[in-house]
Amino acid sequence: MDKILDVRNLQISFKTFFGEVEAVRNISFSVGKSETVAIVGESGCGKSVTANSIMRLLPMPPAFYKGGEIIFNGENLLEKTEKEMEKIRGNQISMVFQDPMTSLNPTMKIGNQIVEGLKKHKNLSSKEAKEIAVEMLNLVAVPQPQKRINQYPHEFSGGMRQRVMIALAMACNPQLLIADEPTTALDVTVQAEILDLMKNIQNKFNMSIILITHDLGVVADMSDRVIVMYAGQILEEGTTDEIFKDPKHPYTQRLLASVPRLDMKKGEPLYSIEGTPPDLYIPPKGCPFYDRCDKAMKICKECMPEITWHSKTHYSRTWLNHPMAHGRGEN
Amino acid sequence: MNLRLTEELFEPAVRDSGNTDKIRRPSIKYWPDVWRRLKQNKLAMIGLVIIILMAVMSIVGTEINGFKYYEQNYELINIHPNSQHWFGTDELGRDLFTRVWYGTRYSLAIGILAAAIDFIIGVIYGGISGMASRKVDVVMMRIAEVIYSIPYLLVVILLSVVFTKAGSGSSMFVLILAMTLTSWIPMAILVRGQVLQLRESEYAMASESLGATKGWILRKHIIPNTLGPILVNITLSIPQAIFAESTLSFLGLGLQAPKSSLGSLANDGLAGLAVGNAYQIIIPAIFISLIMFAFNVLGDGLRDALDPRLRK
Amino acid sequence: MAKYLAKRLIMSIITIWAIITITFILMHSIPGNPFMKEGKMPKVVYENLQRKYGLDKPKIEQYFIYLKNILKGDFGDSMKSRVETVNDMIKRGFPVSAQIGLQALLIALIFGPALGALAALNQNKIPDYISMVIAILGISVPSFIMGTIFIQFIAKNVSWLPIGGWGTFNHTILPSLALALMPLAYMARLMRSSMLEVLNQDYIKTAKSKGISKAAVILKHAVRNAILPIISVLGTLISNLIVGSFVVEKIFGIPGLGSFFVSSISNRDYTLIMGTTVFYSIILIAMLLLVDIAYMIIDPRIKLTKEGR
Repeated sequence: MDKILDVRNLQISFKTFFGEVEAVRNISFSVGKSETVAIVGESGCGKSVTANSIMRLLPMPPAFYKGGEIIFNGENLLEKTEKEMEKIRGNQISMVFQDPMTSLNPTMKIGNQIVEGLKKHKNLSSKEAKEIAVEMLNLVAVPQPQKRINQYPHEFSGGMRQRVMIALAMACNPQLLIADEPTTALDVTVQAEILDLMKNIQNKFNMSIILITHDLGVVADMSDRVIVMYAGQILEEGTTDEIFKDPKHPYTQRLLASVPRLDMKKGEPLYSIEGTPPDLYIPPKGCPFYDRCDKAMKICKECMPEITWHSKTHYSRTWLNHPMAHGRGEN
Repeated sequence: MNLRLTEELFEPAVRDSGNTDKIRRPSIKYWPDVWRRLKQNKLAMIGLVIIILMAVMSIVGTEINGFKYYEQNYELINIHPNSQHWFGTDELGRDLFTRVWYGTRYSLAIGILAAAIDFIIGVIYGGISGMASRKVDVVMMRIAEVIYSIPYLLVVILLSVVFTKAGSGSSMFVLILAMTLTSWIPMAILVRGQVLQLRESEYAMASESLGATKGWILRKHIIPNTLGPILVNITLSIPQAIFAESTLSFLGLGLQAPKSSLGSLANDGLAGLAVGNAYQIIIPAIFISLIMFAFNVLGDGLRDALDPRLRK
Repeated sequence: MAKYLAKRLIMSIITIWAIITITFILMHSIPGNPFMKEGKMPKVVYENLQRKYGLDKPKIEQYFIYLKNILKGDFGDSMKSRVETVNDMIKRGFPVSAQIGLQALLIALIFGPALGALAALNQNKIPDYISMVIAILGISVPSFIMGTIFIQFIAKNVSWLPIGGWGTFNHTILPSLALALMPLAYMARLMRSSMLEVLNQDYIKTAKSKGISKAAVILKHAVRNAILPIISVLGTLISNLIVGSFVVEKIFGIPGLGSFFVSSISNRDYTLIMGTTVFYSIILIAMLLLVDIAYMIIDPRIKLTKEGR
């Protein structure tokens, strides 16, 4: 499979008043053509930082790239100048953000916000760009696009605004779409519509998607592969099937267990993982899940586990894989 | 990895369970933190020092070099600053050093008094409007709106004209009355906004559900929390009052001679500009600016120190 | 939107009426008859005034006569000047004041937000500190002090900048600058904090993610939104500008309406005081209305809300 994005040993930290916070601690993953890769994890695990860092949208003080490479179509994005990045943003890579209520310029017509990117990247005339904008609105199922092009964001509902965001992102037909919690701020019914829309678009344009989410239901629905992040590191990665049916890392297992199910009995307590993720000012030298794991061993605190491959596509990082753990990892 | 793997390391870990929810960074109390942040702001601290210096000197400065502020000496008119008269003399031979400190006393007093009155009226009006029923609130705000849209200094000037005799200045009472006529409104709006906000907030609702009266809620919950923005508003309204007073005085509506504020000193000194005695207007002018500058940077610093978003 | 406009118009008219009434009440509450009090007035003038204002009639009637005159556009006769009516003086002085006022407004409107934006875009770096120091000085130094400094240190040393008086364009330069400084500084500070807030908004990130140029992000997305709070304070600033003009005209010896107003105060020329006060109020209220309309045009969110603001 063609790899369009290859992230290698990425390290991102933030300079703060109290010191350095290591938000992303040496992660590596890749995305292939027409693939949907989901990155899941709790709030603060670094998935959003990762997403924003691909297009270099992080505010550069206080953030800084401590190490690693982001290879897109064979070139390292971290070595490009700002002008070169401008050519790529909105053009070959696009992003959809979480909160549709605040992600659109309130004083600019919707049409113009779509046309902006088109004119810059495709060198079109106003008329041509407007026609494409209308097409895009049609694509995302916004009714009466000719009329709505001249309206302002506050005249659209939340779900509609997210559709407009998607239209905006798709306008120049990007190869990669990064969706940072695109449905978190929406109602459940609207969520389903937006996800369907994204799937359709993906099929139509052979686009790759990186889907950031904490909602495992969304993951099951949409993604080909899943990356599980915790405290700035990747603890497990595999195809959606592998992760859901055969999770190897205790964290993944507990994540799956804490999704409420419709067949739960009345009165059954909701399962949740106690505690909170570790403070990344003083990152733990061992496995970051140590404090909250019920299968933790002494070695887990001392040293970060190695990568163990369970199949060509599935790996996890836990000492439970080690032969010396004597099968403690089995459920 | 340079750890030697032993069987022992793979045994279940023993931890004290209370660890994970422990918050590792010390939590910081509010008001001491505000003071700490304010202290870090060099500009604000300079302002504070200037204010204190001015206040002190306005009290003792008039006694320093022995001249009285009303002492006229026709032999020594329009003398440029020298070793005897550090700020020179005016057209009636009065020592300007003494008069400047005397004027500072009045300018500061008027400014602070005006701000205090703004505060009191504003808090009362805003507090009532915020705690009252919707209808009363709307009416009160409409009235405030109309009053506020009346051009402030025009009314001030008019009032001063009405209440003073031709040729002489205004009394302090009239001056302050005129100045505070409309300047209390921004404070009232601020207070009302805060009251409304906090009224709806969760802990006020919690108290109310426990049976607390509206008055109690006002005192215990609302006032401590609105103190911050109110303090900033007061600090910043003082230079506005001083500005208004000095403008009025400059237009001839200020205090009666020989009493004077810095503004009326500047007005007196205007004549000197054309004939080479610029010091007569520039010195009081600099003082006015310094005082306004000091209060402005202090108010700014306070505003920044109170802003929770800037907490590092 | 039309409903809101109509409401604002009515409020404006009510306010003007209130000002006229208050002015009238104030002028006529001066102890003794102001029209007789100060100085000696030739009998002819006195009788004219009596007739015109119906001074022998009860106050209420005088009030309505006055009101009627204003509606006709007649602000009355000056009590001190034998030659000119108040209208004449307004006609003579207002264009002068208007020129300086508009020039000052333009300077402030152009450079104020620009300075503020510059500061915000370079937060905590040198341009920020310099801009903000200038701004703090600007709001701390009243215009008459600025004017004095200009005269003493600039005009006296630069031949083509006159010390005072009126006549050529050069005569307007220093006064306009002195008048402009405070609103400029105020707008700079406001713009800075507004920009900083806007730059943190999500839609700025969206704009960047589209790959448009940094200039486009700043101008079309950041500035466009950041400028809104400035427009809402424009009304107050214009009001302060008017008062500032009194002071500046006095310092630079400029024969504008402001200086007439100021001298009418010391002369106790009550009709002139009343007339100029009412005139200024009308101008001010009209400007406030214009600013409101401008705000409505620029912020698309206002158009659809019934209450406005």
